[in-house]
Formats: sequence, structure tokens, C-alpha cells
Amino acid sequence: MIDLLLILVTLVFAVQAFRAARLLSAALWLAGVSVLLAIFFFRLGAPQVAVIELSVGAGLVTVLFVFAISVAGDEPVALRSLLPWPLAAALALGAAALLGWLTLPLVGVEGALAERPLAELLWQQRGLDMLGQVVIIFCGVLGMLGLLAEAKAPLRQPVAAEVAARRERELEEMQQKALP
Amino acid sequence: MTLLNIGLIGVLGLLGVGFYGLLTSRNLIKVIIALQILAKAAVLALLVAGNASGQIGLGQSVAITVIVADTIVAVIGMALAIQVRRQMHTLDVVELARLRG
Repeated sequence: MIDLLLILVTLVFAVQAFRAARLLSAALWLAGVSVLLAIFFFRLGAPQVAVIELSVGAGLVTVLFVFAISVAGDEPVALRSLLPWPLAAALALGAAALLGWLTLPLVGVEGALAERPLAELLWQQRGLDMLGQVVIIFCGVLGMLGLLAEAKAPLRQPVAAEVAARRERELEEMQQKALP
Repeated sequence: MTLLNIGLIGVLGLLGVGFYGLLTSRNLIKVIIALQILAKAAVLALLVAGNASGQIGLGQSVAITVIVADTIVAVIGMALAIQVRRQMHTLDVVELARLRG
């Protein structure tokens, strides 16, 4: 019962994320979805993923969203969509209904295989995945640096000449201040 | 109703909401939010599948991979949105499609 309530509130939060007029409130609704899902993950018996979802999904991604919105500007999003909303709703509902028709009702299999501890699974059986994750994080950092880097104005003179010229200018200014 | 079926309903609902948002939103940051919701549906589906097959550890290890990849997608998407906003002065996807040449 409490699980059903949890999932329904999560869905309401997700809908609110799109109905919100301001981007900042949309990001906060998304963080709420993350928190509620983390509680549900815990009830599913996946505490490690729940903690990661809580710290990454609700913490890091929200901070990143707030940063991006503060830089890019929080213009009110009252743009009309190109697709009429009944068509979009019918397509989304159709996709979800098709998947539901194929999967529901789900019957669990008890103890198909002996369960191994997560650390062993993660580092031995899925070791290649961890390597891939490291590569992905590295590529992500490089991509973000490349995208956000500011292009510097080219120097007009070689560096040494530039520094010398600036020192000359500063000396001149100091002399002018000293001798009014 | 069992926990698994409730989880599956959550997957379907989040998937529907995410698709709807992806189809209708025109703001670049809202598109990233829609992608985030779709990825959350995928993570939930993995954990439900892990629970259903009695191998929640395997589900968790794959879910961690999905969370990492999804976070990187969000980071790159937001860096892209910031740069697009700086260069083109708009975040409207339709407006961006018109800027050719």
C-alpha cells in the first residue's frame, strides 16, 4: 500500500517537473522524484543503489542543474510545443501501454542463482563495466572542459614583450601619480 | 498487488511521462530533464528485474553503470546548453533548428 502511494507521488512529481513554469522549480521537482525513487529502491532491497541515487541523482545533478540554469538564464518556459498535446499524450500512453501489455503481470522467480556479495560482483564479474565507467567519466570531464572553455584573445606580441610593455605602462602610471 | 508489479507500474508511468516531456518540451534544459526521467525509469526497471529474478546484486551493479552514464549525459548536455545560450542567445529547440548556414 505504502509502495503504491510512493510510486503515485513519484509520478505526480515527474508530471510537475514538466508543468512547472520556471526551470528552477522543474529541477527541484526532479530532485524530489530522485528522493522518492531512492526510498523505493531501498524497499526493493537495493540499498547501495538507493544511496548512489540519493547522492548523485538528488544531490549532484540538482546542483549542476541549478548552476546551468543560473548561467543560462531562467527564462519562463511558456513555449507552445510543435506537436499538439493530445497526439504526444497518445504516443506516450501507447508506448507505456504496449510495454505494460508485454510485461504485466510480473511474477518473481525465487532464488534462481546463489546471490554473491555486491562488491565481488562489481569488481570481478563486471570489472569491465567499471573500467568503462572510468573512461566515460574521463570523457565527460574532457568534454565539459572543452565545451565550457573560453577562447582567449591572441597576444599581439610575444609573451616577454607583452609583460615588459605592461610593466612600462604601470611604471608610467605610478610616476604620473607621484608627480601631479 | 505485489511489490514487483508496483515497481513495474512505476517504470511504465515514468516512461510515459518522460516520453511526453521529450515530445512536447522546447527548452533545451527541459529536454535534459526528460532524459533524466527516462534514465530513472531504466534504473528502476533494472532493479525490478533483479528483484524478480532473485539476483538483486547483478541488477544493482548494472544500475550503477546506468546512473554514472546518465549523469555524464546530463553534465555534457548542460555544458552544451550553456554554450548554445552564450552563442545563439536562445534555448528554444525550434529556434535553434532554424539557424542554418
